[in-house]
Amino acid sequence: MSLLSIRNLSAVSDRDGGAPILRGVSLDLAAGEVIGLVGESGAGKSTISKAVLGMLPRTVRITKGSAVFSGRDLLSLSSHELRKITGSEITLIPQDPMTALNPGRRIESQLTDGLRLKRGMSSTDARRRGLELLEEVHIRDPERVMRAYPHELSGGMRQRVLIAAAFAMDPKLVVADEPTTALDVTVQKQILRLIRAMQAKHGTSVIFVTHDLGVVAQICDRVTLLYGGMVVEAGATAEIMERPRHPYMQALLTAGPRYDRPDRALAPVPESVFAGLRQELASYDHSGARHD
Amino acid sequence: MTTAGLAMTDTLLSATNIEVAYGAARNIKVLHGIDLTIAKGETLGIVGESGSGKTTLGRALLRLVDVTNGTITFDGMDITHLGENALRPLRRRMQMIFQDPMSSLNPRHTIRQILTGPLLLHRLATDRRDAERQASKVIERVGLPLASLDRNPHELSGGQRQRVGIARAVVMRPDFVLADEVVSGLDVSTQAQVLSLIGELSREMGLAAAFISHDLSVIRAICDRVMVLQGGKIAEEGPCSSVFEAPRSDYTRALLDAIPLPDPMPGWLEK
Repeated sequence: MSLLSIRNLSAVSDRDGGAPILRGVSLDLAAGEVIGLVGESGAGKSTISKAVLGMLPRTVRITKGSAVFSGRDLLSLSSHELRKITGSEITLIPQDPMTALNPGRRIESQLTDGLRLKRGMSSTDARRRGLELLEEVHIRDPERVMRAYPHELSGGMRQRVLIAAAFAMDPKLVVADEPTTALDVTVQKQILRLIRAMQAKHGTSVIFVTHDLGVVAQICDRVTLLYGGMVVEAGATAEIMERPRHPYMQALLTAGPRYDRPDRALAPVPESVFAGLRQELASYDHSGARHD
Repeated sequence: MTTAGLAMTDTLLSATNIEVAYGAARNIKVLHGIDLTIAKGETLGIVGESGSGKTTLGRALLRLVDVTNGTITFDGMDITHLGENALRPLRRRMQMIFQDPMSSLNPRHTIRQILTGPLLLHRLATDRRDAERQASKVIERVGLPLASLDRNPHELSGGQRQRVGIARAVVMRPDFVLADEVVSGLDVSTQAQVLSLIGELSREMGLAAAFISHDLSVIRAICDRVMVLQGGKIAEEGPCSSVFEAPRSDYTRALLDAIPLPDPMPGWLEK
């Protein structure tokens, strides 16, 4: 059974004069599974993750569809009911470790907020749990880090703290929103390894939002490729990487330069592929419903 | 490969033992004695992680930051201590393409003004009409419609703005271009287009270039040689073919091993 089942999700942006930004998106996520949401800018990957987190801006209006998480449709819950789930059963690893932490509060209070406020732990218990979590994310001197302010930590350390915070509530689902984009490549690899290890250990499902097909290949069980708010291709990562069916996926896989393939000429995505995608987009109406 | 044998006579830009330090007491060293040469028509990739000094090195080569030690020569001339007035004629010959074209293009100017202004200022155009003719030519060369000349930078997409950034650099007919992380903000499909364009233009114009990037795959795609920086020092330097195929430095190897490739490689994460 799916932990999360998104069906025909369509949304429009009021800021862009009611332009559709999600068109009939469906995806399923099983317990303990890591799914990659991949696409270029404007593909809709962050709109989907915000919908799941209950963080959609007011300018975005869902026109159709559902997002059923553990038997409840997140899109029809009251904000009060939603708040019980998000930040607790569904948590976020944000994109930019530099801005996601409050610069004026020590790590201890930020890491233990949820445990004290949502789980009602005493400060002493929350502190003990915080130290355990920091050890779990391989922070060497957890006592010192608990007392530190964010600016005293490197980007990689802050991202480890944010991963610890995301897993602190023992969530069923973690949304990782481009969590390594701002990091150096060697630090990125450590963080990817850590997210995968934490996920496996706790049996957590992960939605991994990224634009990097290399990252998808290395850590996602399945992948959904988006363009213009519609699903272009979805399936098991290994299968799609080896035998991509959609011309856009085929083109993206060969568009990026690779240091190990110097013989391969740079191959920008052909205009014909975008023309085909625009045609597919045109088969959706304004509310994002398909009308072939 | 392109430099062997001709290096001495055809050197366009060279740096010898350059050091840069910041801070009031010049006690924060960012570059610890870097040597490099770039031959005419050659593209040198400069790669490193944050704090490696790659951006500072690029700026030092263009004399945008002062060195605390060492020598920089351009076309046989020692430019290490040239004042702004003496540098001005060289500024045209040494152009720069920035990471974020939005912050380097005047938002209130049209693309036409952005391109023709410097041509007139440096007297590369005989009159306004000539400048406009050159602007049209270069805008077409970088693959933008002529109508973009009447747009402001914010009306263009990221990839289009980067093409304007490239057009603004090459319209000056430079000998050397410094490109600092010029494709890192772009989507994969746009990135390949912009990289191909830079490769074509540098071949056509015989440009020498320093291409700064954190992305080794990008460097491999368009550079002849590569310099790997770590903590303000050179970890490794050589022709791309040898550095990428048989890296001598452990650091280069670690950087290469950390790049996730779009092929599932079981066990990669743990390696």
